[in-house]
Amino acid sequence: MALYIFKRVLLFIPTLFGITLITFFLMHSLPGDPVTSMVGERASPETVARIRAELGHDKSLIRQYAGYLKLISSGELGRSLYTQQRVADDLVQKFPNTVRLALAAMLFASSLGIGLGVFAAVKRGTSWDRLVTLLSVGGISIPVFWLGLALMLVFALYLRWLPPSGMGGGGLMYIVMPAATLGTFSLSYITRVTRSSMLETLSQPYVAAARAKGLSEMSVVFKHALKNSLIPIVTLIGLDLGSYLNGAVLTETIFGWDGLGRYALDGILKRDYPVIMGVVLFGAVVFVTMNLLVDISYHFLDPRVRIKGEA
Amino acid sequence: MLNDLSLKDLTRNTPALIASVLLLLLAATALIGPSLAPYDPLAMDLDNLRQPPGKAHLFGTDSKGRDILSRVIYGSRISLAVGIIASALSLGIGIFFGLIAGYFGGRIDAVLSQAFDVFLAFPSLLLAIGISAVMPAGLASAMLAITLVSWAGFARLVRGITLSLKEHTYVEASRALGASPARILYRHILPNALPLILVAGSLRVGGFILLEAALSFLGLGVQPPTPTWGSMISLNRSYINSAPWMVIFPGLAISVTVISFNILGDFLRDKLDPRMRVQ
Repeated sequence: MALYIFKRVLLFIPTLFGITLITFFLMHSLPGDPVTSMVGERASPETVARIRAELGHDKSLIRQYAGYLKLISSGELGRSLYTQQRVADDLVQKFPNTVRLALAAMLFASSLGIGLGVFAAVKRGTSWDRLVTLLSVGGISIPVFWLGLALMLVFALYLRWLPPSGMGGGGLMYIVMPAATLGTFSLSYITRVTRSSMLETLSQPYVAAARAKGLSEMSVVFKHALKNSLIPIVTLIGLDLGSYLNGAVLTETIFGWDGLGRYALDGILKRDYPVIMGVVLFGAVVFVTMNLLVDISYHFLDPRVRIKGEA
Repeated sequence: MLNDLSLKDLTRNTPALIASVLLLLLAATALIGPSLAPYDPLAMDLDNLRQPPGKAHLFGTDSKGRDILSRVIYGSRISLAVGIIASALSLGIGIFFGLIAGYFGGRIDAVLSQAFDVFLAFPSLLLAIGISAVMPAGLASAMLAITLVSWAGFARLVRGITLSLKEHTYVEASRALGASPARILYRHILPNALPLILVAGSLRVGGFILLEAALSFLGLGVQPPTPTWGSMISLNRSYINSAPWMVIFPGLAISVTVISFNILGDFLRDKLDPRMRVQ
């Protein structure tokens, strides 16, 4: 067990290096001096001097990359070219808002997705089943930003049930539309996988046995079938975390949600490169770390994975 | 396997049939767009700002009096071009590295697989934002960004297929006869892997079109005044309350296109790849 975790963490290290190599090259391909593209010209002389000591033009590319690693590992992701704020501080400040939105979206996607998937599997071959399947194709095909605008138009501007945008100091009503918008993509995948996993379980002999024993259909579906269909569903929910970071950029922009995504968009609009690169690097590190944690937690949760992993 | 696919299968599957007809219409629209569009997509008409859909302007006009239908028609060219070219490029790169990693194994495989993992470690839109932000915005940079975030997924798939195909006896026989690796890969492994690769590719075209729309929406794709579906939504979204048609029609265009590609992709997967079939 400890060995598995150790191996898995060891594999994580080259990936981190690879990620920083890519962000380093992106930063390097910007026009001008890499020092300017990290902190701008208006940064305080001490900051510029510190960054120049690591990334100076006079050094070889490899030494510059080493300097870059040194800077980011000390938490120096550069300064915003406009506000002169440390990008790392901004990221730490905005990240919790994105996490809150993503958790709400995940709750929405998993509860509704499992519900719809079970429903479609039980109603297999009927028009209900086809409707759910069609909706789930729609959910992965509609652009997130357009879905958000459409929801806003209907629920905030026409029906006036929900506030159109903003965070409302944490009010529950404010998170409903952004969470539904961000969760729809994942919802569709969860629905599909739940449906197919349930269909497979429902065809197993022990389900027939449970029915033959005279158990109620509710008990057969939820206690026997669903419980045994959950592994692929939970895997999917875990591996789909990246889609929330993608969707957050668009969803937060639409709804004025003060998280990483909107911060990235502000950076894009102003060509504030340290901000853009900071979000890209931070997003990737968060994403691989989440995947690592998901992998390790499977190892604890699912005896089948554990045996295979140690064999 | 490709021969198993017949037109009859398509006509028996209503959603796939509708999707193919829509995509053919869309392709035709993109090809003959200029003669189809009722107006010049860039011509401003200051007497007709924000006109709701009506006889003169089927989809209405935008905040500069430009005809939205004409702009949606011109926008189809960019969406389709990016979707198809980015698929072809990322498939090409993915096939090349996937075949090499899977066939040669060992250290080559270890290095290449690590590279695939690094590219897959980024949330795709974030990496695409990073890449297109450092390049001058435009069609080429959007395509390059989408290709660079997508090739590794194909490479990993092709590597896996190659790993299993190279164990077949016909590959061993060919090797025993002295065939070069390039010949084995090209003549034996690639043709057998192709159906699976094409299924994976067709399932991704819709995603590429969405990614292009998202980049355009964020201002990183093809620049105004050239109309793209994503930028039309982003430029007009402040009018969502007073003139919703300016946002609704380009969004419908994206949605219908992507839904059609996804339905067709599902259909191809069910026909060509029984292993991946969702029951």
